[in-house]
Amino acid sequence: MIDYIQPDYEVVRNKELCIKCKVCVRQCANNVHVYDESRDVLYVDNSKCVNCHRCVTLCPAKALKIVKTDHCFKPSANYTEDIIKDIYRQADTGGVLLSSMGTPKSYPVYWDKILLNASQVTNPSIDPLREPMEIRTFLGRKPEEIRYLPDGSIETEKYPNLELKVPIMFSAMSYGSISKNAHIALARAAEQLGTFYNTGEGGLHEDLYKYGPNTIVQVASGRFGVHPAYLDAGAAIEIKIGQGAKPGIGGHLPGSKIGEEVSRTRMIPMGTDAISPAPHHDIYSIEDLRQLVYSLKEATDYKKPVIVKIAAVHNVAAIASGIARSGADIIAIDGFRGGTGAAPTRIRDNVGIPIELALAAVDTRLREEGIRNNVGLVVAGSVRTSADVVKAIALGADAVYIATPALLAIGCHLCRSCHAGRCNWGIATQVPELVQRLNPDVAYKRLVNLVSAWSHEIMEIMGGMGINSIEALRGNRLMLRGIGLTQKELDILGIRHAGE
Amino acid sequence: MKIDAKGMHFAELDRLIKSSPDSEVTIDNVLGQRYIAAGASGKNITINGVPGNALGAYMDGCRIEVRGNAQDAVGDTMNDGTLVIYGNCGDTTGYGMRGGRIFVKGYAGWRVGIHMKEYGSAVPEIVVGGSAGAYLGEYQAGGRIVVLGIGCEDRPCVGDFTSTGMHGGRIYVRSRYVPADLPKQTEVSAVTDKSELEPLVREFCGYFGYDADKLLADDYYVLTPSTAYIYKRMYTNRPF
Ligand code: SF4
Ligand code: SF4
Repeated sequence: MIDYIQPDYEVVRNKELCIKCKVCVRQCANNVHVYDESRDVLYVDNSKCVNCHRCVTLCPAKALKIVKTDHCFKPSANYTEDIIKDIYRQADTGGVLLSSMGTPKSYPVYWDKILLNASQVTNPSIDPLREPMEIRTFLGRKPEEIRYLPDGSIETEKYPNLELKVPIMFSAMSYGSISKNAHIALARAAEQLGTFYNTGEGGLHEDLYKYGPNTIVQVASGRFGVHPAYLDAGAAIEIKIGQGAKPGIGGHLPGSKIGEEVSRTRMIPMGTDAISPAPHHDIYSIEDLRQLVYSLKEATDYKKPVIVKIAAVHNVAAIASGIARSGADIIAIDGFRGGTGAAPTRIRDNVGIPIELALAAVDTRLREEGIRNNVGLVVAGSVRTSADVVKAIALGADAVYIATPALLAIGCHLCRSCHAGRCNWGIATQVPELVQRLNPDVAYKRLVNLVSAWSHEIMEIMGGMGINSIEALRGNRLMLRGIGLTQKELDILGIRHAGE
Repeated sequence: MKIDAKGMHFAELDRLIKSSPDSEVTIDNVLGQRYIAAGASGKNITINGVPGNALGAYMDGCRIEVRGNAQDAVGDTMNDGTLVIYGNCGDTTGYGMRGGRIFVKGYAGWRVGIHMKEYGSAVPEIVVGGSAGAYLGEYQAGGRIVVLGIGCEDRPCVGDFTSTGMHGGRIYVRSRYVPADLPKQTEVSAVTDKSELEPLVREFCGYFGYDADKLLADDYYVLTPSTAYIYKRMYTNRPF
């Protein structure tokens, strides 16, 4: 069969700089670099390159670069190169296209069309280096009223809340989809930062139980690794209904990635597919969801908040309203630009709505119905910077989940080939030699650096607004202005246009 | 300890059970209280009446006898222990179960044993005396399901779409009627070696008073997955 597909990238080696040390040959798990001993030459197979920069970064002579090929099809704005190649690929194999990480398509990023406010003259700004600035966040259901006891102290009905030193948590990524070393780095960073990471639906490795107080344990339809000790270990339990990158699609870890340790953690035999379909076959209504929420609460003595995570889809506000009445303590909403370890391409690139619009719609709806305090609200799905965090909180979120920035911090180069299972950076892989490349001692510090830097930036932005407590920023949409947005978009976001 | 559950809220009932110093607990007048013994361990519980949904969910080693029918999600994600139901039970019995045993005297609803798993020595088992509804063993990844079909000897005793998505474990059925619409990845064969079946059938008969030798003498077929990778050929990797 003729292969119609030509390489996307070209590996360029500067022969004058190259010292033939063959690091590239050893580092590329895709076998792009090959050394021919008889001729003493290094050559490349460009067709296998995913542009992950591993060889480029590790080349001691800095002799390598990867360029997008200039070989091209006749340009068309309609039948683009991507579409042509996808059609060839499907004609070759008859398969459903599979991709990973967030959609690369150019949908509007509303974060970049929202501007923040700062004080001038009146209500002066605050210098966070000199004055206290509170970004600690309590996540969960809030009491409806405050009652005083005879001795004057306050008695409130207590609901379990998560206490976050920073309003940023690490989003669900399962052990299986990412490596054990990546999980260790996330867990240690969460502990040091006073926040939480999330097991995803792959269970909790026995070595990571000690990070339980900083762990959110997930329960998905496949119930992988779920048992009483697992539920007890976590600080909160998250029921996964949907994921932003693939609404309506479940999780599926191929048997090839299920080695001994993943198998023990997921509690399934080695080498079998781990299937977590999108539908929970015991949930067909909010009442059924309530049953799962309460069975988890009963099993853990009402000590832990229960999170329900959904993908941002068209009717997200109505769905969230139902969840807020289901007994859940926290709703997590995942927008469609969010990442994934593997998703059908057409779903990733076409299904769901942006998190900014979903968040604004949900917060508005819950406030209108007087049930916003029933739940904490966490948003995810492409929160890329501290400014995005501030905008999310001002739109009504209590906290955010980040995943792609966390992976970038530990070495991911966004080559979007996690689904192939040969991540050269030791993140999205279970191949022991590759996993070894990720040093958790280094990686966790990089995560701590990232989130600490963002916290400082958040405090600076808040200080500029004259706000010294994150409580006063939450849902404070007056601090936001739209730029270049239509009236409809402004209405949904509940903000005014810049200049108004 | 004896508890009269008449009119009692499930949270109160569950608190009483879990805080009871006795390992023997008898609960009378149970009527629809959910989550009984959810996540519990080390108790011997007798339930007189009809418990509500999610009986013994995440249970980790109790023994529960239900003198009546049970409803949906019995033994959901159960880890260990034994549930004996002297009646019928509802949908998603043994959902995601990963250890322990469930014995049901009568029939069971839809999606029994969905997502059942096994790992190492933890092999969950479900025995249903009567018939089982549609989607029996859906996505089953491990464990054993036995459907004895008592009283349905003249017709199939498992419903439509049995073993859809099954990729591990085994389903034994005492019947001569093999469903016509089994999915492609399921293999059917007549049971010649009943060594795995026998102790389960004998224990079942011990609870419910049937003649084990007679039941064991009958014909059984067993469903097994032909592949552990059911979606292997479905996808094509795209490099971006
Ligand atoms: S796949 Fe990565 S390591 Fe291999 S050649 Fe391409 S950029 Fe270099
Ligand atoms: S995790 Fe690894 S495979 Fe996935 S995008 Fe990042 S570098 Fe590439």
